[in-house]
Amino acid sequence: MQDTTQVSEFKGIMVYLEHSAGQLESVSLEILGKARELAERLATDVTGVILGYDIREFGEEAAQFGADRVLVADSPSLAQYTTEAFCNVLAEVVRDRKPEIFLLGATHDGRDLAGRLAVRLNTGLTAHAVQVDIEPETNLLVCGVPGFGGSIVARCKCPRSRPQMATVRPGIFPVPERRPQRKGAIETVQVNTGQVRTKVVERSVKAGVDIARAEIVVIAGRGAVTYFDSVRKFADSIGSAIGVTRPLADRELMPRDYQVGSTGIAVTPKLAIVLGASGAAHFVSGIRGAKTVISVNKDPDADINADADYFVVEDIGRLLPALLSKLEGK
Amino acid sequence: MRTIVCMKVVPKTEDVRFDQQTRTLDRSGAENEINQPDKSALEMALQLKEGHGGDVVLLSMGPSFFEPYLRLGIAMGADNAILLSDRAFAGADTYPTSYTIATAIRKIGNFDLVLCGEESSDASTGQVPPGIAEWLDIPQVTYLSQLNIEGSMARAKRTVKGGYEIVEAPLPLLASVELGCNSPRFPDFRRKRWAEKEFKITVWTAADMGVNPDKIGSKGSHTTVDELVELPRPSRRMQRITGSPEEEAVLIVQKIKEAFGS
Repeated sequence: MQDTTQVSEFKGIMVYLEHSAGQLESVSLEILGKARELAERLATDVTGVILGYDIREFGEEAAQFGADRVLVADSPSLAQYTTEAFCNVLAEVVRDRKPEIFLLGATHDGRDLAGRLAVRLNTGLTAHAVQVDIEPETNLLVCGVPGFGGSIVARCKCPRSRPQMATVRPGIFPVPERRPQRKGAIETVQVNTGQVRTKVVERSVKAGVDIARAEIVVIAGRGAVTYFDSVRKFADSIGSAIGVTRPLADRELMPRDYQVGSTGIAVTPKLAIVLGASGAAHFVSGIRGAKTVISVNKDPDADINADADYFVVEDIGRLLPALLSKLEGK
Repeated sequence: MRTIVCMKVVPKTEDVRFDQQTRTLDRSGAENEINQPDKSALEMALQLKEGHGGDVVLLSMGPSFFEPYLRLGIAMGADNAILLSDRAFAGADTYPTSYTIATAIRKIGNFDLVLCGEESSDASTGQVPPGIAEWLDIPQVTYLSQLNIEGSMARAKRTVKGGYEIVEAPLPLLASVELGCNSPRFPDFRRKRWAEKEFKITVWTAADMGVNPDKIGSKGSHTTVDELVELPRPSRRMQRITGSPEEEAVLIVQKIKEAFGS
């Protein structure tokens, strides 16, 4: 096992760059922006690392978004994400480059990977950080990690092991400006995937709207299940993205990517319209970043009312037709 | 086939209060429950047992107040329950937790499948399942919603961004199970009485397991929690809109326009 006690040998910030459907994930860009900021504070540099097949063009793109250097592991054996191949390759990269901080996006694959990699590297990992800072006195990474439904944040550090690892929640930090004139060093990484026991035999992925970035989101809760088609129509008619609470994702009315809350996506729109949600803490933490919240629930005592700027006590089955005809008639 | 189901007991999130004075969590008023995704993992294990035979072993790490919840799992249909309980385990982050649980899994032995919930509702890291897989050097599939076993191979449906993938892996395998992928059964009434009155839970201490004392509990943790802060609740206007559905619709459309500054 690697000796991680030589803290001073570890320098720089490393960012794991995730990509899908020919695009860098926005969470990876968000982290690059944050990493730039941390690098200024620590007077160090930012290294991006990307794994996949036929991904060389991402190197330049990541540099334009803030990486000083991008390590590219390009191989047919990395065409699909598998935990073991990605973990084996990244563990070698980290052992070789010794970053003091290593950040990954808290996506499904990012979390799958980070949890295994941290044990392999014998170091500490904090999960789904919503705050990422440097402690001035110690230069240690301090991450705010939400727990208990998202309302309480634990400020975590990893004082004695390196790298200090964290996964960062998507949609929390802004995507930095892309500067086409910005150049970085692109380096190729040797790929040795080692033993890979899992095999992806089928993959069905749709490129959807990234609801974390939507300006307006209509969110359906349990009380809107029966009217889900009308909810869609309503969302379409006002040009809104659509989100759901956890019970609706459980029923597979929408994929998990549309689930708003502490176990799903945190949305940050100008306006969130919440239909038929009761206002459980784990859900409400997902609309914390909404500028304005309108809620509709037939229960006058629903918890959600206290988390809304405007609330309507009404049967959704009666209100939606009225809304739709008003919008059509305008 | 032997399936080990890892189970955590958590306080109900909505019952936990934050004490502004001491900046600590007040769990005294909180009712506890089996972590919901762990219940989904147990349900999946029980369904697999119905199809393939074998046994289901519950494994948990925590104080003795966890015992009634393990008995509930037994009442649902699990065959055995082991509680890892020792003061030396306290204060563990995900690194020593996954190490301690993995060590217990080795001691149980002869397993084909380790099922965990995707994450706990209190700390919500989801890091323990991949950690256990790494300690055991077995393959992992996280965020799984369906699992079929054929011979010594598993076929799993895994949630990824924008959809799903089907993953095949040899046993033994660790899988973390998504909350809401099934409806956990209610305990059988008679079995529940037996589980509460007669079933014997196995308790293992650090000494029973032969764990490395430097790798467990707070001593084995790499991360420290400096402080807890409560995120301020955004201040909302809480204005009620009233009227007939038609009048309400007019006002809502007006608010939509206002939100976009037109």
